[in-house]
Amino acid sequence: MDDVLAIEGLTVELDLSRGRFAAVRDVSLTVGRGEIVALVGESGSGKSMTALAVMRLLPEPPALIAAGAIRFRDKDLASAPEDVLAGIRGDRIGMIFQEPMTSLNPSMRAGPQVAEVLALHKGLDGKAARKRVEELFARVRIPDPARRFDDYPHQMSGGMRQRVMIAMAIACDPDLVVADEPTTALDVTTQAQILDIFRAFRDEDGRSTLLITHDLAVVAETADRVAVMYGGRIVETAPVERLFEAAAHPYTRGLIASIPNPDEDIETRGRLTEIAGAVPALWAMPKGCAFSPRCPRATPRCADEQPSSETIAPGHVVACWNREDAR
Amino acid sequence: MLRFLVQRLATIPLVAIGVITILFVIFKSVPGDEATLAAGATSTQAEIEAMRVRLGLDRPLLIQYAGHIWGLLHLDLGYSSTFRGNPLPAILERIPATLLLMSSAIAVTVAIGIPAGLVAGANQNRWPDYAISGGVVALLAIPNFWLGMVLIAVLSVQMRWLPSFGAAGAASLVIPTIALSARLIALVARTTRGMVVEEMRKDYVRTARAKGLRWKAVLSRHVLRNVLIPIVTVIGLQAGYLLGGSVVVERLFAWPGLGDLMLTGVSVRDYTLIQGATLFFVVGFLVINLAVDILYRFINPRLRHG
Ligand SMILES: Nc1ncnc2c1ncn2[C@@H]1O[C@H](COP(=O)(O)OP(=O)(O)OP(=O)(O)O)[C@@H](O)[C@H]1O
Ligand SMILES: [Mg+2]
Repeated sequence: MDDVLAIEGLTVELDLSRGRFAAVRDVSLTVGRGEIVALVGESGSGKSMTALAVMRLLPEPPALIAAGAIRFRDKDLASAPEDVLAGIRGDRIGMIFQEPMTSLNPSMRAGPQVAEVLALHKGLDGKAARKRVEELFARVRIPDPARRFDDYPHQMSGGMRQRVMIAMAIACDPDLVVADEPTTALDVTTQAQILDIFRAFRDEDGRSTLLITHDLAVVAETADRVAVMYGGRIVETAPVERLFEAAAHPYTRGLIASIPNPDEDIETRGRLTEIAGAVPALWAMPKGCAFSPRCPRATPRCADEQPSSETIAPGHVVACWNREDAR
Repeated sequence: MLRFLVQRLATIPLVAIGVITILFVIFKSVPGDEATLAAGATSTQAEIEAMRVRLGLDRPLLIQYAGHIWGLLHLDLGYSSTFRGNPLPAILERIPATLLLMSSAIAVTVAIGIPAGLVAGANQNRWPDYAISGGVVALLAIPNFWLGMVLIAVLSVQMRWLPSFGAAGAASLVIPTIALSARLIALVARTTRGMVVEEMRKDYVRTARAKGLRWKAVLSRHVLRNVLIPIVTVIGLQAGYLLGGSVVVERLFAWPGLGDLMLTGVSVRDYTLIQGATLFFVVGFLVINLAVDILYRFINPRLRHG
C-alpha cells in the first residue's frame, strides 16, 4: 500500500526538572491512503505526544523529538524547517484535538475561524470562503450552517464545537487527518454521529485518518488497522478483525476484555475485567516491558529485557516475550 | 445595548448635580470673603458692597444655590474675577488642548505599550522580555514630573530638538505626551505581557498553529483579540489618573489646557473658575468611563449576547 504517513523510530523526550524521560519510545507506524488507523492505549501512554509530534506542535519545551523520522509525502517532518511545516499544517494535514471546549478562539466567530484556514492556504476569502465554510458545516452535519457561521464558540455545545474543528481540519482537503480522541469529551449520540463523519471521509473521499482513542468500541466501529500503545511504545499492531479475534499481547487482551458488554448488568460490567494497576509514571518505567508489572503472564525476563517486535501473521506485529498465540 | 446606553447616559446628569452641589458647599465654606475676592484686593469698601449685591451674595444660601443651578442651566458658570464674568468661553477655549494632549497620550500608550507587551509575552524569559520588563520597572519608578524635566534638559536645552513649553506645532506636543503617558505605557505593557504569557498556553493558540499560521499571525490575529479586553480595562481605569496627571503636566510645560487654566484659578483664588473647570473634568471622566464601557461590550462577545 502506498503510505501517506510513515513514522519511523520516533522518540519524544520530556525535559523535566527531575530529569529527561521518553514519553514516546521508538514508535514506528504507517497510515496508508484511504485508511483509518487507530492508535489505542490507556491515559498517559503517549498517544497525544505521538499525534502532536506528527504536526510538530509538541509543547517545546519541555518536549522534544530525540530520534526518528516522520515521513509525509517527500518530507521528513521531524527535521523540516518551520516554514515548510507551516505550509503543511492545516493544508495537507488537518488536526482535531482532544479538548473541543477550549480549542476554538473564544472571541472569534466560528465561521471565520474556519474561513481563516481557507484564506491562508487556498487564497479564498469573502463570499466564496463563506460559501465553502457553509458547505463544510453541512458536511459535518452542523444544522443551519448559515446561522451557525456567525455564532461564537460559547453559543455552541461541545459536539458543535468539535464539528467546527473537524470542518477546519478537512477544509483544505488534506491528505491526512490526525484526530486526537475526537469523541472522548462527547456524549454517546454525538460520538456516533462524529464517527459516521470519519467513515464518510474514508469511504467517499478516500481520506486517511490517524484516529487516537482509548476506547476499543470506537476502534471496532471505525478503524481498518490498530496500533496498541503502552508506556510510550507500540506493543501490538494488527488489522482490526484480526486484533479482536487473535490479540497476542496480554495488554491488548486486557483492553478487549474490559470493553463493557451491553448484555451484562451494570453492577458487574467492566469491574471484574479491568486491568489491575495503572500506567507507570515516566520516571518509573521498568527496564524491560513497560507492562510487566501489571501483566498476568510476566516472566522474570519481561522485567529486564525489552521484548523485540515479531510479525506473527500478515500485518500483525507484537512485542511480547510470552505472547498469547491464537490457536 | 440601547437600554444599557440610556441607563449609563442618564447617570451623567445625576453625578453632575451631585458634584455641583458638593463644590458649591465646599466653596461656600472656605475662608475669605467672596465679594472681596471678586472685586479685587484694591477695591474700595463701596465697590466690594456693590459686587456683593451684584453677585447676590447678600441673599440666603439656598437662594444662592438655586441661582447657581439656574445659571448653570443657562450655561452661566458665575462671576470669575479673572475674566470679569462668565468663564465658560475661556474654559471651552482650553478644552481642545487638553483633549489633544490626552488623546496623544492614549494613542502613544496603545502604539507602544501593547506591542511591547506582546513582544515581551511572546518571548517570555528571553532577552526581549528582559529588556522590556526592565524598561517597565524603570518607567514605573520614575515620577512623571521628573521625567518631564529630564526630557526638557536633554531634548530641548542640550540637543535643542524640541521646544520645552507652550503649544507651537506638533513638536511641542512631544515632551508633555511622554511625561503624561510614561506610567500608563508601562502599566499597559506589563498587563499585556502577563495576559499574553497566559494566553499562549491556551488550546486555541495550538489550534491556530495547526492551521498553519506563523507565530506573528497567531499573535496578531488570535492572541491580541483575547488580551484586548483586559487592556482596555486598564486604560479605562487609568484614564482618570491621566486627567489628573494632565493638570500637573500642563502646568509644568505651560501647555494651554484646562488643567493649566484651573491652576491659574487656584493661584488667584478664583473659585468660580476652579468650580467650572472641575465640573468639566468630572464630566470628561464620566464620558471616558462610558466610552470604555461601550468599547468593552463591543470587543467582548460574551457581554454583547449576555
Ligand atoms: N507538559 C508535560 N509535562 C510533563 N509530563 C507530561 C507533559 N505532557 C505529557 N506528559 C506525560 O507524558 C506522558 C504521555 O502523555 P500523553 O498526553 O501523550 O498521553 P495520552 O496517551 O494522550 O493520554 P490521554 O488519554 O490522557 O490523553 C504522560 O505520562 C504524561 O503525564
Ligand atoms: Mg491525549
